[in-house]
Amino acid sequence: MVSASVNRAVQTVYTMWLREMIRFSRSKSRIIGALATPLFFLVILGAGFSSSFQVRGGGAFDKSYLAPGLIGMSVLFASLMGGVSIIWDREFGFLKEILIAPVSRFFVALGKAIGGVTTAMIQGILIMIIAWLIGVHYISIWGVLAAIAIMFISGIGFIGLGIALASRIESHEGFQMVMSFLTMPLVLLSGAFFPISNLPGWLKTLVYANPLTYGVEALRFCLLGSSTIPILLSITVLILFAFLMIALGGKLFGKMSV
Amino acid sequence: MIKPSVMGISIIFKNNMTHQNMLYAIETQGITKHFDEITAVNKVSIFVKPGELFGLLGPNGAGKTTLIHMLSTMTEPSSGGAKVWGYDVAREPGSVRQNIGVVFQDTTLDDRLTGRENLDLHGRLYGLDSKTRKKRIEEVLSLVELADRADVLVKTYSGGMMRRLEIARGLMHHPHVLFLDEPTLGLDPQTRLHIWEYIKKLNKEEGVSIMLTTHYMEEADHLCDRIAIIDHGEIVALDTPESLKTMLGGDVIMLELENPDDISRLCEIYQKNGCANIVTEKMNEVFITVKNGERQIPHVLSLASNAGISIQSVSLRKPTLDDVFIHYTGRAIRDKEGSEIETVGYKIRSRRK
Repeated sequence: MVSASVNRAVQTVYTMWLREMIRFSRSKSRIIGALATPLFFLVILGAGFSSSFQVRGGGAFDKSYLAPGLIGMSVLFASLMGGVSIIWDREFGFLKEILIAPVSRFFVALGKAIGGVTTAMIQGILIMIIAWLIGVHYISIWGVLAAIAIMFISGIGFIGLGIALASRIESHEGFQMVMSFLTMPLVLLSGAFFPISNLPGWLKTLVYANPLTYGVEALRFCLLGSSTIPILLSITVLILFAFLMIALGGKLFGKMSV
Repeated sequence: MIKPSVMGISIIFKNNMTHQNMLYAIETQGITKHFDEITAVNKVSIFVKPGELFGLLGPNGAGKTTLIHMLSTMTEPSSGGAKVWGYDVAREPGSVRQNIGVVFQDTTLDDRLTGRENLDLHGRLYGLDSKTRKKRIEEVLSLVELADRADVLVKTYSGGMMRRLEIARGLMHHPHVLFLDEPTLGLDPQTRLHIWEYIKKLNKEEGVSIMLTTHYMEEADHLCDRIAIIDHGEIVALDTPESLKTMLGGDVIMLELENPDDISRLCEIYQKNGCANIVTEKMNEVFITVKNGERQIPHVLSLASNAGISIQSVSLRKPTLDDVFIHYTGRAIRDKEGSEIETVGYKIRSRRK
């Protein structure tokens, strides 16, 4: 009896994951678009910054410095989108098909989350590889593998946030507003584009309250070997954030009606 | 009539049902739903036998969809209760869901997937193993004649094909009860006839009990074993289409008047003279239900001319469900529909601008 219900839960999660994968594989133009933005930042900002700026106390401020931030940014975009795509499912009706199925809504949300995180990780990994090809240097293969794990944990957190928002937002107009009020501040306040060691007090508070900061810092530690925030603190914050958001997302999704 | 049909019993055995007390595929006891101050469904009690094709007929906003939503566990009733295939919709929603298939009014397909993928995901969500899924997908696809289009994206389907795919999907997991909410809404007449065929076929061949909602008279008349006429959230009549029609007691004479102001006076005259069982009015038309209509026409006309009321046209026909509907609700179902189509048309036009 227990094994049957475990089986059913796994099947539900797998089904939702499978759907995300099929849809992802059919949206090639979306993938290219999602990769283009961070790569433009990487190439152009990297060249521009390194020609004029230096990190205080030495150290180049170049594309290597920017790469972890841009990987973090693309994981943020992709996973938030993955969660918020529930709004589209509602708009086009498929949500009803899921909600009426004899399966636990929590596992439906979890499957959706893991599917979205998979797409986010694929995009993050692609940017990591392209950055490496154009000359960004990573400290070790273990660092790269650890970075992939970091992408997974932070992706889960943001997708949980996306699902929670989608369960509350009624229309896709509302979605546009949330996206612009949420993503830009999160990215700009994450230390993706500037070192966070010498910030003025008010900015420092905002940056340290931003979960993406810990994702970017953890990626920076794994890929480049040093970070301002200690790696253990970053990982603790990311794991707590992931659990909190997936619990919140699962709860709100469970209450959702069509 | 508290006995399941023979067909119903055979279904119960075939599926190893162990519900000893289950006499009905669907039974509701005073089920009610309030939305803020509006009562969408008001103390509805209906009993649908296993294997029956049951129709809910009513104008838009009568409460049909709300009733379906409650029976399919999408909305909780405010009071009263219902059992579907022996399971309580409030207490055992999981078991209800496993035993029903639902085709909602609006499409619920994923249009970025192929028809086959939509069916496959559905089978997975309902716990079918890979072998069963493959076999069942072929079965339902051939039932709705979509096998040749199964591997193209749903985006490219026509409205009728999408509806057929949705019916096929609703049947994937061998539901005992199938809910169809306005299955032919917005389809052209030819496609509608096709869908009717499928509905009849699966009711017969798969032995599924079906509850469908419609505001098309012909649809209810053509398909359903029994019909409940629902208006303002209440059941106003419930019987077979034939009994509903014969209940009116004969043929219908329709008189068109020159002056609408004379209508009530004319109705009074007819009722007083006892020449008609039932008199109803609509706009500048009067409907009289009589036995032996052909013989009554001269009498009816002379009564009118004696009273100095001039009549523009007369017609005689056998009663239809429309007449039944007018009789019970005091208005034609088409009145409302017409105005709604106009608004929809208006919306489409203004969106294009």
